[in-house]
Amino acid sequence: MTLLGLLEREPSHGYDLKRDYDAFFSRGKPLPFGQVYSTLSRLARDGKIVIGEVEPGEGPERKRYVITEQGATEVESWLTEPVAAEPNLQTVLFTKVVLALMLGRPAEDYLDRQRAAHLVRMKELTDIKRSGTLVDAMLADHGLFHLEADLHWIDTTAARLDALAKAVRK
Amino acid sequence: MKAVEARDISLSFGETPALRGASVLVEPGEIVAIMGPSGSGKTTLLHCLAGILVPDKGEIHYDGRRIDTLSETRRSVLRRDEFGFVFQFGQLVPELTAEENVALPLLLRGLKRAAALKEARPWFERLGLGGLERRRSGELSGGQAQRVALARGLVARPGALFADEPTGALDSLTGEQVMDLLVSSAREQGTTVVLVTHEARVAAYADRQVIVRDGKVNALVHS
Repeated sequence: MTLLGLLEREPSHGYDLKRDYDAFFSRGKPLPFGQVYSTLSRLARDGKIVIGEVEPGEGPERKRYVITEQGATEVESWLTEPVAAEPNLQTVLFTKVVLALMLGRPAEDYLDRQRAAHLVRMKELTDIKRSGTLVDAMLADHGLFHLEADLHWIDTTAARLDALAKAVRK
Repeated sequence: MKAVEARDISLSFGETPALRGASVLVEPGEIVAIMGPSGSGKTTLLHCLAGILVPDKGEIHYDGRRIDTLSETRRSVLRRDEFGFVFQFGQLVPELTAEENVALPLLLRGLKRAAALKEARPWFERLGLGGLERRRSGELSGGQAQRVALARGLVARPGALFADEPTGALDSLTGEQVMDLLVSSAREQGTTVVLVTHEARVAAYADRQVIVRDGKVNALVHS
């Protein structure tokens, strides 16, 4: 969807798409060329893009890709739709605490370690935010606010461990 | 650069214990955030480290000197000459202009008015406050007032800066701008910083975080 969105700006070559993707979205994990071209082929097969004028020369990078009406509609509806508001916590963190309490293990120690790990990551993200571009800062902020929400949960849970232990132990 | 340390300090207010054997060492030039739930004793710890309160037991050291045994007068001089302070609500003197507020610690140290104001002025450009020098605190936004308070805390190049919830009254973006300025200015001057905050995003600006719980300091345990 990101590549399709980039194509909505203007028709582009595969190479330019990869360069822009890597600059704004990859965060240190460059998109392999193979994946760029396989994605473009799939989008073309599904009618979301077409191959525009082929410029003289050899190689796939000479093709210019153009978004279709269908593709543009898809980008539009994807952008309009909110991402599922799924609580991130209801996964490993939650399971670990409940299991630790069920098994009579020190859940508080686990929460302390988790808090420390969260704070270390928040420090790293803050350093990125202070030294990077505005785009880096925006991405780091997204991570920071999520980690902060986790920390609120960790603190509240830590304060309620005794009551929780009673609730989950049979 | 000066170290600040609490060694096994306890302090009660009447029957209520606020600190129960708390220890923390802030290395010279280090920025440490003290975190913890409300009522955990984090502000009391800050006040003990800054020589505002004296613990019932234990020791406070600053720059290799024990300070909890000093007389009230000597501690007051130490605070004036060596420490800077930033509080949650800027606590600027409303009758003074912004530049007079920044110059205040220098005036208290005996500097002449003209010299103190001359030292104070560059802080306005530095903290993005250019043009606000003659305003009074009532004519400043929360973020501006807090930056003035930060300049006042650092203008005398203190060995240690003590900040109690310095962003507590600000929205998150303004608060982060204040933290960014606090960290870079303190770093530039080599000032040791002890910061109390309940906000993890603010604490993340520090080099290290410690948590106060039930009057004790828990160093963070890393797996």
